[in-house]
Amino acid sequence: MKSIKSQELTSYLMIAPFFVLFFVFVMMPVGMSIFFSFTYFNMLEPPSFVGWNNYTRLFLDDDIFLIALKNTLIFLLVTGPISYFFCIIFAWIINEFSGKFRAFLTLIFYAPSICGQAYLVWGLILGGDRYGYLNGLLLQMGFLSEPINWLNTERYIMPVLIVVQLWLSLGTAFLAFIAGLQTVDKTLYEAAAVDGVKNRWQELWYVTLPAIKPQLMFGAVMQITSSAAVAEISIMLAGNPSVNYAGSTVVTHLIDYGTVRFEMGYASAIATVLFFIMIGTNKFVQKLLKRVGG
Amino acid sequence: MKSIKSFFAKKNFKNFKNMLKGRQNHLNRSIAGNSLLFVIMAVCGLFMAMPLIMLTNNALKPLDELYQYPPNIFVRNPTLTNFTDLFSLVNLSWVPFSRYIVNTIIITGISIAGHILCASLAAYPLAKHKFRGRDFLFGLVIMSMMFSSQVTQVSNYMVISALGLSNTYPAVILPTFAYGVGLYLLKQFTEQIPDSMIESARIDGASEWYISFHIIMPNIKPAWLTSAIFQFQVIWSNTGRLLLRDEELKPMQYALTQITASVGREGAAAAIAFVMALIPITFFLVCQSHIMETMISSGIKE
Repeated sequence: MKSIKSQELTSYLMIAPFFVLFFVFVMMPVGMSIFFSFTYFNMLEPPSFVGWNNYTRLFLDDDIFLIALKNTLIFLLVTGPISYFFCIIFAWIINEFSGKFRAFLTLIFYAPSICGQAYLVWGLILGGDRYGYLNGLLLQMGFLSEPINWLNTERYIMPVLIVVQLWLSLGTAFLAFIAGLQTVDKTLYEAAAVDGVKNRWQELWYVTLPAIKPQLMFGAVMQITSSAAVAEISIMLAGNPSVNYAGSTVVTHLIDYGTVRFEMGYASAIATVLFFIMIGTNKFVQKLLKRVGG
Repeated sequence: MKSIKSFFAKKNFKNFKNMLKGRQNHLNRSIAGNSLLFVIMAVCGLFMAMPLIMLTNNALKPLDELYQYPPNIFVRNPTLTNFTDLFSLVNLSWVPFSRYIVNTIIITGISIAGHILCASLAAYPLAKHKFRGRDFLFGLVIMSMMFSSQVTQVSNYMVISALGLSNTYPAVILPTFAYGVGLYLLKQFTEQIPDSMIESARIDGASEWYISFHIIMPNIKPAWLTSAIFQFQVIWSNTGRLLLRDEELKPMQYALTQITASVGREGAAAAIAFVMALIPITFFLVCQSHIMETMISSGIKE
């Protein structure tokens, strides 16, 4: 009995350094933000309590929030799963190659995520005048008679943002899969071959994916947080606000209120709603992932 | 007899494949499949690398080529003027530019080291021990990743200034120790370490601390290095604008973005975009090559 107690104490001591800092620098700010969501807070005067006002205003009086919510759900439910699938497939294919070539491929595919604001290159490619690379190319080849303003035309904004987001999607999850695949025990494959696994697809489903399940779960959380938080690409490429709010997401809306209009209470309410959407999605996805490997 | 026959068959098959691909430890592979994968990767790779290629070419373009129509992806008369421009601009900075570099090294170095130590210590009990509140605490870490950082920035600032840390190195360093993504990744890798390995160490009389430092930590090095890459990116994209006011404390990435912010410096800006990408890529390559090395040397699994 005593030894169980002392082991528990050791466990707490081991997690203490991380969790003390975590509570001070992460949980406290999150807690404060949830509190602010029930207040009017302009960051100059102390916050004043307004109850559920921010939330009722958000859902009943804010048309733009509904556009933003729709776009974010597109990123979360369509772009997110596609990019998660890409991460698995590309990490797995790269793992098929060996040596220097594999390291090179990892770099090429991860490059868009590592170069910070590399997506700004899309601003050059999609420039709205004849100097944009895509317009220049299409004009030269005769597909267009006049340049298209890709980033300022309502119906092109979301498709463009989806392409850029997919291009950026081989990020954290991808790299975690690459590292995870490297730790898979090679003898598992031999055992599986003996058990009748015939091709690489069966091997992927029955051996590889179950072996990296912890990384798959990690990747799912990363993909949810990144696709629900799409904002920077929208702001930098389409502007904030974008034409007719076509490129608004929940987070661009939040940035609009938080940093432009100084309505921190309202911005916090938006963040809190997004927080619960992500938690719900994560619960659902983690349940699905338990089925991997049949 | 039969087993000898199949042994040779397998061996021949492997040798044949090695000639084509050089991959020895995978069964169940067809040449057609390998070639198809190669083509897919080449096409996709080009798409992914395109902006990198443009970034490099832009950095080498003289001013007239940067504004050329029709726009050209590849540089015609490569020049290093953009870099010499950047160099002279850098020399005009408020404090000596080397100071910014030193700041970046201090902040990045301590952040990554401290984070990996705190997170691997916490990862072991979270993955392998049973104690009250374990799942609750770990759940909090995951949930915390889902709250928009744009909103918490303000309350984070309040917490840091309430602690009197504002405008010091710890203001940007300490919060990175509690980086949830890193803990999550390390915990997931720790889970994969076989229980039998830990059990046998316990039977040999090893303390939990000894197990953590000598068995868990060496075996999750790929996760360390991966987590270091993530954290480097977080730190690299954080200019510390809110928390550091003294010019003497600010990191290099801040100084560089300040140069881009002013008008009429297209050439230097192209050079900066290149440098801003080059530094994380270098860090990434160093970490990735070490991941490969540790994997070859360890062979940890059951």
